[in-house]
Amino acid sequence: MCFKAKRLYQLALGPVLMLLSLASTGAWADDSKMNQLNMPVSVTQVGQDIYDLHMLILWISVIIGLLVFGVMFYSIYYHRKSRGVTASTFHESTSVEIAWTVVPFIILIGMAVPATKTLLDVYNFDEAEIDIMITGYQWKWKYEYLVEDGENVMFFSNLLTPQSEINNTEPKGEHYLLEVDEPVVIPVNAKVRLLVTANDVLHSWWVPELAVKKDAIPGFINEAWTLPTEEGIYRGQCAELCGKDHGFMPIVVNVVSREEYQKWLLAKQSDAVQVKALMDQTFTLDELVTRGKAVYDRSCLACHGAAGEGGLGKAIAGSAVATGDVGGHLDVGINGVPGTAMQAFGGQLNDVDMAAVITYQRNAFGNNMGDLVQPIDVFNYKKG
Amino acid sequence: MGDHHHGPAKGPLRWITTTNHKDIGTMYLWFSFSMFILGGAFAMIIRAELFQPGMQLIEPAFFNQMTTMHGLVMVFGAIMPSFVGLANWLIPMMIGAPDMALPRMNNLSFWILPPTFALLASTLFMEGGAPAAGWTFYAPLSTTYAAPSVTFFIFSIHLLGVSSIMGSINIIATVMNMRAPGMTYMKMPLFVWTWLITAFLLVAVMPVLAGAVTMMLMDVHFGTSFFSAAGGGDPVLFQHIFWFFGHPEVYIIILPAFGVVSQIIPTFSRKPLFGYDSMVYATASIAFLSFIVWAHHMYTVGMPVAGELFFMYATMLIAVPTGVKVFNWVTTMWRGALTFETPMMFSLGFLILFTIGGFTGLMLSIAPADFQYHDSYFVVAHFHYVMVAGAIFSMSAAIYYWLPKWCGRMYNEKMGQMHFWISFIGFNLAFFPQHFVGLAGMPRRIPDYALQFADFNMLSSIGAFIYGASQILFLYNVIATIRSGTPTSEEKTWEGAEGLEWTLPTPAPYHTFETPPAVK
Amino acid sequence: MFQLSDNPTTDTAAKLVVVTVAMFAFVFVVMVPLYNVLCDVLGINGKTNGEAYISVDVEVDTSREIKIQFLTSNNAGMPWEFGPTVKLMKVHPGAVNDTVFFARNPTPEAMIAQAIPSVSPARAAAYFHKTECFCFNQQPLEGESSAELPLQFIIDQDLPRDIKTITLSYTIFDVTDMASSAVAAR
Repeated sequence: MCFKAKRLYQLALGPVLMLLSLASTGAWADDSKMNQLNMPVSVTQVGQDIYDLHMLILWISVIIGLLVFGVMFYSIYYHRKSRGVTASTFHESTSVEIAWTVVPFIILIGMAVPATKTLLDVYNFDEAEIDIMITGYQWKWKYEYLVEDGENVMFFSNLLTPQSEINNTEPKGEHYLLEVDEPVVIPVNAKVRLLVTANDVLHSWWVPELAVKKDAIPGFINEAWTLPTEEGIYRGQCAELCGKDHGFMPIVVNVVSREEYQKWLLAKQSDAVQVKALMDQTFTLDELVTRGKAVYDRSCLACHGAAGEGGLGKAIAGSAVATGDVGGHLDVGINGVPGTAMQAFGGQLNDVDMAAVITYQRNAFGNNMGDLVQPIDVFNYKKG
Repeated sequence: MGDHHHGPAKGPLRWITTTNHKDIGTMYLWFSFSMFILGGAFAMIIRAELFQPGMQLIEPAFFNQMTTMHGLVMVFGAIMPSFVGLANWLIPMMIGAPDMALPRMNNLSFWILPPTFALLASTLFMEGGAPAAGWTFYAPLSTTYAAPSVTFFIFSIHLLGVSSIMGSINIIATVMNMRAPGMTYMKMPLFVWTWLITAFLLVAVMPVLAGAVTMMLMDVHFGTSFFSAAGGGDPVLFQHIFWFFGHPEVYIIILPAFGVVSQIIPTFSRKPLFGYDSMVYATASIAFLSFIVWAHHMYTVGMPVAGELFFMYATMLIAVPTGVKVFNWVTTMWRGALTFETPMMFSLGFLILFTIGGFTGLMLSIAPADFQYHDSYFVVAHFHYVMVAGAIFSMSAAIYYWLPKWCGRMYNEKMGQMHFWISFIGFNLAFFPQHFVGLAGMPRRIPDYALQFADFNMLSSIGAFIYGASQILFLYNVIATIRSGTPTSEEKTWEGAEGLEWTLPTPAPYHTFETPPAVK
Repeated sequence: MFQLSDNPTTDTAAKLVVVTVAMFAFVFVVMVPLYNVLCDVLGINGKTNGEAYISVDVEVDTSREIKIQFLTSNNAGMPWEFGPTVKLMKVHPGAVNDTVFFARNPTPEAMIAQAIPSVSPARAAAYFHKTECFCFNQQPLEGESSAELPLQFIIDQDLPRDIKTITLSYTIFDVTDMASSAVAAR
């Protein structure tokens, strides 16, 4: 039984033709992000080099593929038994074997040279202007800008997309799963050194348009760097399986002008000062609960549920901790519960947010304790 | 010596006590097919959840269990045992031996597997769920942060490792000691060569996997800190040890597939395999090189630049012997007299699609470019091209090719062609778009994704469902053939087939080559 | 060569069993120690020695100034306050430098911590000599008490000239359980 070789030829050539036609329509460097076919064009020199390397290998592969498949399809068509051909008997040729060993080897050297150069560029850790320590947590990122004179600027960066969009009860926003509450802000045309580590399990910090990907390993520091040459907002994701919300801890990098960066940095530093000032204030129950709900949705909901019903974490509705002694509740929130997935949030939430979220938990979900926890209470609890 | 001339034992106990390589081969093949369906079911769940953005069907934690179990079941339950099944059926017949060298150990090798996979599957119902750290189970997610089922997972790995090692020892002992007189090593069919080399790889690296999981066990239960920085250990050590096993493992998966295709293409080209000697050396080179490339799975871990360069060069080098093999297969076809029965279709599909997978592999080997590809869907696309369109297509080819010899009945050719085309279309629809989303920035092992990846994910899911459906057609064809296929008693089922197995009666008798044949 | 049996099949099988066992042993006896040795000797892991460096009197190289950054990190579930008292130091290779980290255990129970250092760039680790470091030992602290943790170090004069900034990061881990079971085991 013999099959129509022409159909075979066309059908199997499909993918290759598709690639070629896309190349000619310029769909390779597609600006719109929807249905992008190729790696994004980078805004860093190193990223551009990586893109060029990628395209070089791709084209070499396409050409070799076309040659090899070309010979195959020729054979499938012209050497069909149904055409009445008789099979040859040749079955070896040392010179041919040598040829197709040596020629690919030479092509590989041609690839290895630019690849080596680009890798050495990536590993060039010359002086950077800004140092940022990046820590991967289950399931968020912490950024700490190392400020030489003054306090370091430190903040957590949580997924901003609400659970309702994920659960399909609300329409998804444009940057679904790629938006955070606090982006990384860096100035354009400045070399930024990234010191990547992890708090718990392995994570990996990846921003495709910066062409940076570095694994975050608990107990170890990994160094990377980036030098973006264009302002813009660049979005990335965690790239190492880290548990249930691995897909829900994105990265957003705002590359802005130097002036804007300075303004932002000063604002962050004064925020920290302001939070310190807020600490002495006394808030109403409503103020605490409103603020606390926002904190809860960002930092607690993923494990404890939108209605405090629990999930990976225990239920808060009607729980002994939330309806018991305030000190006990503060202990859990600030120090976590060692040996469980409940982290110590004392270092992650400032005292105002901590006070707010504890107040919220004690009053929401039917708990209705009527307690107010003020920032100064948190501060004093931490002091011991 | 006693009951050689009796047929198989009667009753269900036959299968439990058999030491006959044909029976054991059959059991391996049926077992591996059932694991293929199980692993495929996990894949259907994964692709159903990924059909659209948003979480529709399952929780993220369960999704991670699905991706993990899909990988473990497919690699250790479907692909590896299926090729062991082929080895069992074919090696004795191809070398003119009456059976495998160690028939009772052969029985044990098989029978370890069903309870082991029952244990592994049962972890789905344990508290905390099944393992969920990926089939590569990196520490500390798989140690300090693992569910209680990790202990049973480790036990399963040990058991299937023992099965693999015993099977490999059997294969090596058989090939080295039981070839018919006149069958020198350089006269063996290539399938036997590829399995011989694969068996050596298995003996070398399965113990390394056992070592890695033993260290995990010690970290989890006995207070050691191999992989924990707190006690002076290093999570990256796990990755080195795992991939020292893991890279040779992927060659273990593909080398027998190379062997199958090297038998089938010459048959349907009616022409001898081109460059037999080269093919043997290329296979051996691939095996040697496979030991020195492992850290190309770890380019983003923070290795010093000299290490990255070494692994990049070594990995690029593997393209040379692999390319040699592809060229030799194509040249085998050249000026042959080709026909396109189902085994040939799957072999040609293998040739095209595995080569595409090889090209993406070459792209991945380039360390700086890999910074963009690593842990993205580009990698997922690559390994499915080489493992599914590579290993599984070749396994399908093998079944269609040798089934008539095994059971004396011809399969339905039209249905076989349909199976091929639906598989080919479904497979490419499922996995080609994954190159795009990977390049565009979609990470792997995520249960939900940003909107720009939606269309290709939907296409991919549709392709996966189509591919899955076609395997049901395959199952139907195989069962229908065995039960009521057109009987055939041609020794040489296929006009161009060469090799000792094609000198035997069809179907092959329960005991064959009790007297060794003469080999010229 | 050794023959392990007269029967060639058994002989092959026995030899392969030996290989199997050897490869299993290889993991523990070769791979793990080799990894640690290579990391140590090549200084590529960013890990500094766990033992005090015995200093040798050398001339201070005042022509070079190296910026040393201190970072700290708490591993998951580690509630202590922990940080450097000085974030940045500018030092000369060969000079002896002292600094202090602070730690506070805010919980009511006694706990034990282990600080694990990591140096970036990793290849600078081999040139970062600690004559005294709180990371050499486990650090016990009673409930609700604090401690000052000393670090004394010398940057080797042979530090590659292209390195101008070294970052030393400590991650503290809670090893209370690990330590107590080790004590119980004795």
